[in-house]
Amino acid sequence: MPEEPEQSVESSPPTASNDAWRRVQLARHAKRPHSLDYINRVFTGFHEIHGDRGFGDDPAIVAGFAFLDDNPIMVVGEQKGRDTKQKLYRNFGMPKPEGYRKALRLMQLASKFGRPVVTFLDTPGAYPGIDADERGQAEAIARNLREMARLACPVICVCIGEGGSGGALALGVGNCVLMLENAVYSVISPESCAAIIWRDSAKAELAAAALKLTAEDLQSLGLIDDIIPEPPGGAHENPDLAADLLATRLRRALRELSPLNSAELVQQRYTKFRRMGNFFL
Amino acid sequence: MSWFKREKAGPEIPEKPPEGGRRVRTEGLWLKCEGCRQIIWKKDLEANWNVCPKCGRHMRMDAFQRLKLLLDGPWEEFDADLHSSNPLDFVDSKPYSERLEAMRQSTNLFDALISAGGTLAGRPVLICAMDIRFIGGSMGCVVGEKITRAIERAIAQKAPLIIVSASGGARMQEGAVSLMQLAKISAALMRLDECRVPYISVLTDPTTGGVTASFAMLGDLNIAEPGALIGFAGPRVIEQTIRQKLPEGFQRAEFLEKHGMLDAVVPRSELKTYIAQALRFLAG
Ligand SMILES: [Zn+2]
Repeated sequence: MPEEPEQSVESSPPTASNDAWRRVQLARHAKRPHSLDYINRVFTGFHEIHGDRGFGDDPAIVAGFAFLDDNPIMVVGEQKGRDTKQKLYRNFGMPKPEGYRKALRLMQLASKFGRPVVTFLDTPGAYPGIDADERGQAEAIARNLREMARLACPVICVCIGEGGSGGALALGVGNCVLMLENAVYSVISPESCAAIIWRDSAKAELAAAALKLTAEDLQSLGLIDDIIPEPPGGAHENPDLAADLLATRLRRALRELSPLNSAELVQQRYTKFRRMGNFFL
Repeated sequence: MSWFKREKAGPEIPEKPPEGGRRVRTEGLWLKCEGCRQIIWKKDLEANWNVCPKCGRHMRMDAFQRLKLLLDGPWEEFDADLHSSNPLDFVDSKPYSERLEAMRQSTNLFDALISAGGTLAGRPVLICAMDIRFIGGSMGCVVGEKITRAIERAIAQKAPLIIVSASGGARMQEGAVSLMQLAKISAALMRLDECRVPYISVLTDPTTGGVTASFAMLGDLNIAEPGALIGFAGPRVIEQTIRQKLPEGFQRAEFLEKHGMLDAVVPRSELKTYIAQALRFLAG
């Protein structure tokens, strides 16, 4: 999230453990499975649904209906590209307002018919560009945050890679919020944080540690519900196994939420987020 | 133009600022308007609610001034001493806890927002006013909690809510804790919406980042002051990303209005009247 220059200060960075930075690199690894890699392994019969019915179709977000075992699910994921051409096509996984609006449209469709929603968070952040701001990037994210809170169906969110600030959170208001073991979730990228604090983006590894952005950090801060283990060395070492581990956890989450009716689902989601960040005196 | 005429004649006001050497002696009494480059007497500016009497440029206000502008009289303050426990144990040039303490000394606030109850044109309202002086008006868990409680209070009292934003976004020093405040506040606004209690969002210079991407854009009415910088990404971030100059007026209130992202741009002199009228429409 962009910060005001008032927060800027010069100082020498402290020494820090690099485990957080290692996680950041794994989360961004060139071979790390992306949303479609998981969708194709975890679900059957995925049919992509395009467009926000207002402006366009954003390839940085894929969405559609699919089946987990025999259960219909609406799947929505932020999608990065693998090679240069794909990366450009997917805008490096940075959604524009029409992407968030497509996501909301389809989550509301699922809610209408009582189908669970599964979202995959994986973005460096919402796209910071002229066109995105002109079309109301902030409004699109804000609306998703409020309307996801209102969805009358089970919502399960999984941060599979980079949880880049508001751009990730815009798909992240769920009854159950999970993170893969080597995913990261942060209010600002370590590079931007380092640029603000030390005026040196090369100090990103120190910023990564300071930001407490690992799955363990978020769990201990009470901001996520659980961590999904990855294969040794990271999800990219064995995408099939990573997908199996993810599917197992998704099944459990769906099972645990299935007894709740719509009002209880809204209430459970609300109560969870209402309690987040009780770090005041 | 002068929107807020001084009601009583102040001390003798010279027609023009003193020249040359005399300027040093009177330093602090005058300032140069960044809009029209003219020299303004500070008392004139204050009497005009920080709007340049010569060109109408809207300069920033602190939360106390904002409440004085909008409320009829004295207000009741809520959660005034709520303060952050530094959840990340964040250290940059100095520990975050020391930064908070220094801010408390210089602003007389425990965090970047005042939550108040009072009357606006005779109508009981709840107002949250952000203060840009406090770590850039950034939002951490205290701002998040104070706004959420204000929303709950608005629901319980069926009293309209007004949030005046002035913020650089989520507070870096509280990491993902501050990020989740966006979701927490937005979820509470869902409930306010369900209860049909009016919420007016006033965006002032600057409103960026996570504040824009949550409660500031979720009003029943979203209005802004003239010239206010409003956006998701900061202008520098965008310039670095696209590597080209930004168009003239980009991310200013008038630009957003033109692109359909704001309901109205309302001058500070008309802000209170506008809100009073809007509440008359929304709440009867
Ligand atoms: Zn001026």
